[in-house]
Amino acid sequence: MTQAQPHLEFRRVSAFYGEKQVLNNVSFTVPRHGVIGIIGPANSGKTTLLKTINRTLDFITGARFTGEVLLNGDSVAAAPDPNALRRRIGMVFPLPVGLPLTIYENVVYAPRRQGVTAKAALDEIVEQCLRQAVLWDEVKDRLDMLGTRLSGGQQQRLTLARALSLSPEILCLDEFSIAIDPVTTMRIEDVLKELRKTVTIVLVTNLVQQARRLASEVLFLWRGEVIEHSPADVVFSETPKDRRTYDYVNGIFG
Amino acid sequence: MSGTKATPKKAFNFFDAVEKPTEWLIRLCGWSSIIGIAAIFLFIFKEAAPMVPRLDWFHLFTSSRWIPNPAPGNEASFGALALLVGTFTTTFIGLVVAVPVGLGAAIYISEFATGKMKETLKIVIELLAAIPSIVWGFIGLMVLGPLVSQIFSAEPESVWSHIMVTLHLASSDTGAAQGTNLLTGGVILALMSVPLIVSLSEDALRAVPDTFREAALALGANPWETVRRVLLPAARNGLLAACMLGMGRAVGETMAVLLATGHSNRIPLALTDPVRTLTATIAAEMGETVHGDDHYRVLFILGIVLFVITCGINVASDFIVKGVKKANQA
Amino acid sequence: MNPPPQTPAQRPAPRDPAPETDVLGTPETRLRTAGAPLGSTGASVPAPAAGVAGADNPFAATPFERTKRRRLKWNRWMMFGFCIILIVPLVAILADIFIKAAPVLSLDYLWANPENKGKGGGIWAPLVGTFYLVIGSLFFVAPIGILAAIYLNEYAKEGWLNRTIGITVTSLAGVPSIVHGLFGLGAFVLTMLPAINGALGLTSHKLEAGLLTASLTIAVMNLPVVITSTREALGAVPQAFREACWNLGATRWQTIRTIVLPNSFSGILTGIILVVSRAAGETAPILFTGVTFFKFVADEGLAKIFPYHPGEPFMAMSMHLNIISNQISRMPENMKYGSAAVLIALILFINSFAIVLRVWLRGRKRW
Repeated sequence: MTQAQPHLEFRRVSAFYGEKQVLNNVSFTVPRHGVIGIIGPANSGKTTLLKTINRTLDFITGARFTGEVLLNGDSVAAAPDPNALRRRIGMVFPLPVGLPLTIYENVVYAPRRQGVTAKAALDEIVEQCLRQAVLWDEVKDRLDMLGTRLSGGQQQRLTLARALSLSPEILCLDEFSIAIDPVTTMRIEDVLKELRKTVTIVLVTNLVQQARRLASEVLFLWRGEVIEHSPADVVFSETPKDRRTYDYVNGIFG
Repeated sequence: MSGTKATPKKAFNFFDAVEKPTEWLIRLCGWSSIIGIAAIFLFIFKEAAPMVPRLDWFHLFTSSRWIPNPAPGNEASFGALALLVGTFTTTFIGLVVAVPVGLGAAIYISEFATGKMKETLKIVIELLAAIPSIVWGFIGLMVLGPLVSQIFSAEPESVWSHIMVTLHLASSDTGAAQGTNLLTGGVILALMSVPLIVSLSEDALRAVPDTFREAALALGANPWETVRRVLLPAARNGLLAACMLGMGRAVGETMAVLLATGHSNRIPLALTDPVRTLTATIAAEMGETVHGDDHYRVLFILGIVLFVITCGINVASDFIVKGVKKANQA
Repeated sequence: MNPPPQTPAQRPAPRDPAPETDVLGTPETRLRTAGAPLGSTGASVPAPAAGVAGADNPFAATPFERTKRRRLKWNRWMMFGFCIILIVPLVAILADIFIKAAPVLSLDYLWANPENKGKGGGIWAPLVGTFYLVIGSLFFVAPIGILAAIYLNEYAKEGWLNRTIGITVTSLAGVPSIVHGLFGLGAFVLTMLPAINGALGLTSHKLEAGLLTASLTIAVMNLPVVITSTREALGAVPQAFREACWNLGATRWQTIRTIVLPNSFSGILTGIILVVSRAAGETAPILFTGVTFFKFVADEGLAKIFPYHPGEPFMAMSMHLNIISNQISRMPENMKYGSAAVLIALILFINSFAIVLRVWLRGRKRW
């Protein structure tokens, strides 16, 4: 595993829900650490793209993909244990989801399934993850409260804490800010700025400005095809590689 | 936290260890209802089978001579016409009473009742639905029967007795009518079916989108007009299906009619004549048969007939509901 | 839902609804003569309805509207009347049963065995038989039904298999109870028992129709109830929870046992209690599959509490009521009513418990 090998690679990936094609010949690489922003209008296949990475596409009947998705050079489709694969990838969804368990149990859900039972280890995971998700100070005195009773912004941070609980090597966020307030969004963005030093972050967003703030590379996906994949300064400049990128970024179509 | 994948030592979890066998068991149980219904078909046909080719089927459906245990030297006769008539007439009377009452109650609960009243009514209906059929039979026998007998009794030659005979309310103009009869059985079936009709009709009414009600309201209709002109037509198929399922239940009912309809295997000519249904016959006579003899097998055949009838009703009501879905999507 | 309220000054003075006499036909004819589309008020209606002389109140009720309102009130009371027709006589009947049973009911009645074909004594033997029948039925139907529902809702959510199973569940629910009895006779009594007896080589202590066969029959009968209620309970758990768990690397089964099942508990319990109620009350399915009117049960000791062996006939409340209602000569009326009263009370208690439980659990929702 050399430094040059990309962390994540898509090779000519096409995805289908039954007969309907959602991704068409998508190819790109993601280097280790840093943030790659994936932008594009609705129904571009952005969420599907994330689902192929951690193989949650398997849970949708009639969904399949062709081509190769490589994590550290190993094909994701060929992974012997999809659950182990999913543990290496953290995922945050658009709508905040607090599991109907205590906050403590929410954060240790994944470690518990993995077999970690030692209380000391679990306590440490809880504190570490909640601190990282900037939620610790707000909930440290009520860890036994039901996760579903938190506010939307808090639940999203809780989701982030859950995603971090297994020390994932890749963190995927799918339009994480659409259902939460701007203050929480800013706080999570600060967290991501810290995390990008040690974790590879795939940030799907419909907020072009968010990509501008956080991403070092940007992928513009439109109708299932990669229109452009360039460094951020190129994409947001006056002269991105593709005319359509310029149009989308500047709101001429969306 | 970096991408280091520290795999902590996995503690043993019983439920995770048995995951594979459990999932296998789940898959097996998934088939249980298929296995169940197939088994019902299988075993009932198995017991009935030897008699199927030998039975005079035409006679079964057209004759009312039911003599399963003839005197020695005589032929047995399996004519179930009276039983079929008994089943259908009791069900018919039951529906005549149950459908208006059930629909009316459902409309009231769904569209007019509010808050506490609505909750209370729904709970009462639920409790009524829970009363077992043997208790209903008991009520028919001990409470309703004597009442019916009193109402429909008359002095011979009196005015009331002449009216009764003319209107086919009673067969003879003498003395006390028997309390357990078609009317009593029908009313008991009605009382048993009403809760089912109410709850299914309520579901059908609730399925009509509120936008219909709001539109009617916006046009100035009051609640009754909304019900009559908007909701009933919209929910028509669901309501019809509800009534048919109530009918299916009534047809299949055993203990209540066994106790409440009397023991006479004759085609009823008046409302207060005793009747016997298919279900009651099977229940009452099975104990007297010898395993494997003709009577025994014919009772299984009656069971098949009953099964076919109720299946037909259920399938028909299903088609009616599906017909609505297609029409609404058009 | 009501027309806009009128102040006392505007309210039309009560007067005969004369203009309506000739148009008391359908609302349509009334509308045509009134010259207005359905429901519209005010402007195009020729005769102003306001009884206040000279007032031109567009919101006042027209004669047509007043008729509609009266009709609404009438119909509303009529339908409420249907509810009353249904409920009041039944409450009266139930009260009557309990009143007639009162002389007989007591704790001794519950604890003593029937004597003299039920003409005296109590109903312990049938009561305990019903109890074991319920337990036996639950033993078979609960695990199978719950697992089947899990399969339907969590593993095979779409596809032909799901639809087929759905059809068979509905079909099973539509089978008449006596046909279930015939099935139990053919399958369990006449096929399963001889097979078991043969396999175990039992000759003198042969298994006969009894609690085992009756429980199996009742279990098959109630399978749709458990499957349907469990399926509903599972379906009420939001899909978002499952997806969150899957993305954390939990397997389907782990997700089910840690999140889905614990949060479906109340629905499943409701289904179970429904089965209890039905198993306690049913007669037809057990007529040929093991119940009997009389079996000797000890009057004290351990044998009183565990009187029935699964392979021998047993007594039950429903059968007891069935026979003493009609088939024993010189049966005291009180005893009949007593048996009925205990069975009714049992069923109502079980169902009320289910309702209370449902309300209580609903208040403890976790999301």
